[in-house]
Amino acid sequence: MDIQRLISMANQIGDFYESYPNQSHAEQDIAGHLNKFWALPMRQQIAKYVETQQGEGLHARVKSAIKTHLQL
Amino acid sequence: MDDIKYDKNIDYGTPNSASSKLVTLTVDDRQVTVAEGVSIMHAAAVAGVMVPKLCATDSLEPFGSCRLCLVEIEGRRGYPASCTTPVAEGLKVHTQTSKLADIRRGTMELYISDHPLDCLTCATNGDCELQDMAGAVGLREVRYGYDGENHLKAEKDESNPYFTFDPSKCIVCSRCVRACEETQGTFALTISGRGFESKVSAGIADFMDSECVSCGACVQACPTATLIEKTVIEAGTPEHSVTTTCAYCGVGCSFDAEMKGEEVVRMTPSKHGGANHGHSCVKGRFAWGYATHQDRITTPMIRKSIKDPWQQVSWDEAINYAASELTRINKTYGKDAIGGITSSRCTNEEVYVTQKLIRAVFGVNNVDTCARVCHSPTGYGLKQTLGESAGTQTFDSVMESDVIFVIGANPTDGHPVFASQMKRRLREGAKLIIADPREIDLVANSPHIRADYHLKLRPGTNVALISALSHVIVTEGLVKEDFVKARCEWDSFVEWRDFVAKPENSPEALSDELGIDAQTIREAARLYATGGNAAIYYGLGVTEHSQGSTTVMGIANLAMATGNVGREGVGVNPLRGQNNVQGSCDMGSMPHEFPGYRHVSDDATRALFEAAWGRPLSKEPGMRIPNMLDFATEGSFKGLYCVGEDIVQSDPNTQHVTHALEQMECVIVQDLFLNETAMFAHVFFPGASFLEKNGTFTNAERRISPVRRVMAPKNGMEDWQVTAKLSEALGYPMRYNHASEIMDEIAALTPTFKGVSFKKLDELGSVQWPCDDENPAGTPIMHIDAFVRGKGKFFITQYVPTSEKVNAKYPLILTTGRILSQYNVGAQTRRTKNVAWHAEDVLEIHPHDAEERGIKEGDWVGIKSRAGETVLRAKITERVQAGVVYTTFHHPESGANVITTENSDWATNCPEFKVTAVQVTRVNQLSDWQKHYKTFSEAQLAYAGRDLEAAKIEI
Repeated sequence: MDIQRLISMANQIGDFYESYPNQSHAEQDIAGHLNKFWALPMRQQIAKYVETQQGEGLHARVKSAIKTHLQL
Repeated sequence: MDDIKYDKNIDYGTPNSASSKLVTLTVDDRQVTVAEGVSIMHAAAVAGVMVPKLCATDSLEPFGSCRLCLVEIEGRRGYPASCTTPVAEGLKVHTQTSKLADIRRGTMELYISDHPLDCLTCATNGDCELQDMAGAVGLREVRYGYDGENHLKAEKDESNPYFTFDPSKCIVCSRCVRACEETQGTFALTISGRGFESKVSAGIADFMDSECVSCGACVQACPTATLIEKTVIEAGTPEHSVTTTCAYCGVGCSFDAEMKGEEVVRMTPSKHGGANHGHSCVKGRFAWGYATHQDRITTPMIRKSIKDPWQQVSWDEAINYAASELTRINKTYGKDAIGGITSSRCTNEEVYVTQKLIRAVFGVNNVDTCARVCHSPTGYGLKQTLGESAGTQTFDSVMESDVIFVIGANPTDGHPVFASQMKRRLREGAKLIIADPREIDLVANSPHIRADYHLKLRPGTNVALISALSHVIVTEGLVKEDFVKARCEWDSFVEWRDFVAKPENSPEALSDELGIDAQTIREAARLYATGGNAAIYYGLGVTEHSQGSTTVMGIANLAMATGNVGREGVGVNPLRGQNNVQGSCDMGSMPHEFPGYRHVSDDATRALFEAAWGRPLSKEPGMRIPNMLDFATEGSFKGLYCVGEDIVQSDPNTQHVTHALEQMECVIVQDLFLNETAMFAHVFFPGASFLEKNGTFTNAERRISPVRRVMAPKNGMEDWQVTAKLSEALGYPMRYNHASEIMDEIAALTPTFKGVSFKKLDELGSVQWPCDDENPAGTPIMHIDAFVRGKGKFFITQYVPTSEKVNAKYPLILTTGRILSQYNVGAQTRRTKNVAWHAEDVLEIHPHDAEERGIKEGDWVGIKSRAGETVLRAKITERVQAGVVYTTFHHPESGANVITTENSDWATNCPEFKVTAVQVTRVNQLSDWQKHYKTFSEAQLAYAGRDLEAAKIEI
């Protein structure tokens, strides 16, 4: 899929959890959402993007969530 | 009353009473016990004594005008009307005495002296209450003759496409007038004139010129041939009747299909329908002619390329071709190259077998449904907060509401039969809050109803509004802490409370963003929190936003914080768009869930389905519709089985959708018509209409109702049979003999459906899930003692403005909606006489915006967004606020979705249909897209062998 679309969708998920006071829980929830609702090829693509392109354009919390909690 | 036996085929004359106190009386020497408050006429009917009547019927309050139902009561003087006289303990009533017989005959004689004696050729011959009463009272002569002044030459009004009004046959009983008021709530009819001049009157000229919404309540109530369906005039009276469920909106009305052999003569709303209680709207009541429309395709077709003409083939050939193509794609590109899409127009059983096919045959979860583009945020948001992806109430619950809060819904157009019930409650005095960018009819355009608060917010600011309302409730001490402490996760509440209490969430801080005065928000919040039982009703104006799921969760937060969940009169009520949105989601048509909302990664659930289906299943969530389209555009998604859904017309950014379909190698469409998606298909499986198959629909209140076959499928097979045949050709036979066996399998595998069977539906009429051992008759109100998830969970709902911003190039916001007479993509209603009310989609624009652009009423205007451009005619109105334009999307050539963008809800990818930044200008020709559409569609219709002249696209 177009990576820009995936970035924008992932950031939207991050936006929802932006106001959650507990950063660690928020990151788990962001990744949990991706694990639960994104098809595997989409998760693989965003994970690869974070790995190879340093996840440019992704919000910090989202990037960290993907690095730490994404299931592949 | 449980112990008083009621027969659904009897008209008790006046309504039943809700009183639990019983009264015993004697009617013609029969002792009868009834609820206090009912009429003597009603009690007599319960006792089996039918008192003659004309102006009374049990769907309406008594009126006491016809003077036929007079009775004698021992110890009382005179001859009181039994319809208006309430029962009392110990009364001794006589309904047949010689004096009463004289009075009744005299009255009937007067009626008949001004009534045409054409019974043998009259359309209601054999089905006429006047005729019946003439017989019942023993009328043998009319002494007055017909030479005097009378109404026999009164002109017939045939303006309505579905029924006629013949005043020469009218007995001025006012049943139609009262039905229009009490049942429908439109007040379009009145009795004009006095005495001999009294006549039923609709508007100044005729019915079509009036406020009449053609719901059919007056026709249903009329005891003579004065108001009668044109189909009955043409076909004669029906000879049998089958109860089934309407195939239109999420109200899910129960109808009696009145038949002559296999021909429908009329559809009448079932008096005992759990959702509609004998009421209907113009769609379900009258707009069923599409089922036999000449555009129906009943022979399967295949072709190699969408540039080829279609070949008509046998079912076997079509099924085998489709199976071989899907098998080839699976082998060539892998299993993720294939997916399925179902529709909310499918029955539960059809959705179930389609998702089973995709999951079991291909081992992927690439199955989605059109709820993706409407109520997917409801499923997500309510599951997160309350624990179940469904509304909490029955429709009847509204009659116990003190405050009704309508957010982003237009019930009088979208859910008209429920709207009538809501309006009844509002006329009784319930308060009304409306949050909508547009002035919907409930705001001030419905008789005797005026919203207490119309929160006319800017499109896209729902979450800000919910935050502001929540702020008031929290900071003014209006939270029901006892409820929250007992029923909800306290920590989540504290997080939410602290968040909404922040100054940036106050009405004052958000007032400019919302475009609503802060004080109004404060007052509305106070009313919701303190006005008694408060119920929220919401629709696609909530869900179809980039923060759709956030708003749904915010709504659930509001209801929990104020203790408005778990009893009659309150709750969170999503008004589902199509008839089976709830059901299609229940049936596992979402790519991440098996039937019953159980995630595919749950090992125990997967093991259950693997054991039952005998195939290994994937634990990975599948692709959603937009994902399928994106992967198709890239070339990795190649095969689609699309049942009953028209993604080209109903999904956003049409050009993106069509481009994706063009990249696919096998698109299979199963539908009644060569719809917009079918124009990009390689295989066409003709579908069966709701009149031609068995199954069930589940409405917005979780009510599972039977769909019953009243005629043989014109395409030769019920839709679930087509899917089963395809599955068999793919090497996975599905051995069902009847739709009921599919429901048995669903019940065996889904806890919330455990007690559901066709047999139970035959016995009870309908049942609301959860239906299990604990609740064998279903569950009308949910979350009574505890939430389904245990404790209710609050979520912080941060307002994030949409990225779809207005700027100098696109300065206006386009928002979309629908209209009463048309239904969604219009495939059904456009093929009925409903086009008399809405022949084209128009663009509503505020006078200020129109003037600025030199636009006059009826001008062609171009609407251009970042996604595309289309052209519609302008309608100048203050119903929309300045800066906002509005249109409907019922006609494909309007191209409403050519301009909508792919922005979507963060949690579910539900498109942001309600907010598109646009520019509007005067134009004098169609858009490029429309010109292309016309050429392409005409070619495609010709490929399908449709008559070219008939196929010509008029724009």
